[in-house]
Amino acid sequence: MTVQEMMTLIEAKDMTPETDKGREVSCGYTCDLLSWVMAHGAEGMAWVTVQTHMNVIAVASLMEMAAVIIPEGIEMEGPSLEKAKEEGISVLESPLTAYEICARLAANGLQGK
Amino acid sequence: MANILERSFPVEAGAFTTAGEASTTIKRTLKQLGVNAEVLRRVSVACYEVELNLVIHSMGGTLTLLVDPEKVTLISKDVGPGIPDIAKAMTEGYSTASAEARTLGFGAGMGLPNMKRNASEFDIQSEVGVGTTITMSFALT
Repeated sequence: MTVQEMMTLIEAKDMTPETDKGREVSCGYTCDLLSWVMAHGAEGMAWVTVQTHMNVIAVASLMEMAAVIIPEGIEMEGPSLEKAKEEGISVLESPLTAYEICARLAANGLQGK
Repeated sequence: MANILERSFPVEAGAFTTAGEASTTIKRTLKQLGVNAEVLRRVSVACYEVELNLVIHSMGGTLTLLVDPEKVTLISKDVGPGIPDIAKAMTEGYSTASAEARTLGFGAGMGLPNMKRNASEFDIQSEVGVGTTITMSFALT
């Protein structure tokens, strides 16, 4: 599944039009504890979190993730979006809950880690 | 063994906004040196954790990167406050992080265990009122 396909599936807004939406997503994950994500993150991952500050992008970038998904219509902070563009991490904002996002991704074949 | 590279990064206490910048620079530097992806990932995790520990827990410190032909070494040295019970601090799930840090998603009590798990060698020395030094190495061969 590509970032573009994932975006359509979860009805998300593209908050970083500059990043590559053709990038393949390797797996999905959801967690709001950054240290936990550092321990379990993976390259190409799509990570669902309600955290919106700069460190989310630092973690996603260090793990070489494909995308960060912010659920329930929560907005990511401006400086975090700037950082995401710099680092080439796609940020998607979805109106759905984290539960629903994961359910749709899983139903369409995206594996957990 | 002679160092190919040595760089130091000051890390400010409480600077959550810039936290992770040293780790990102270190990762980029190692990638340019051609360090393989698996080692790079382990260094990145440990480096980010130790940098965040300096931000969350210390009164400020320095992160030093050393590279020689056989290994990557990271040294974190702070100016206090020191850890009273290292065994307790090393326990997964135990954290003394502030409410502010927890709100941001830190303080899961995974920092030191994550470092130990990812480093080839891990050493922590701490004295209350003096400071903490963590030395981690990552074998390249």
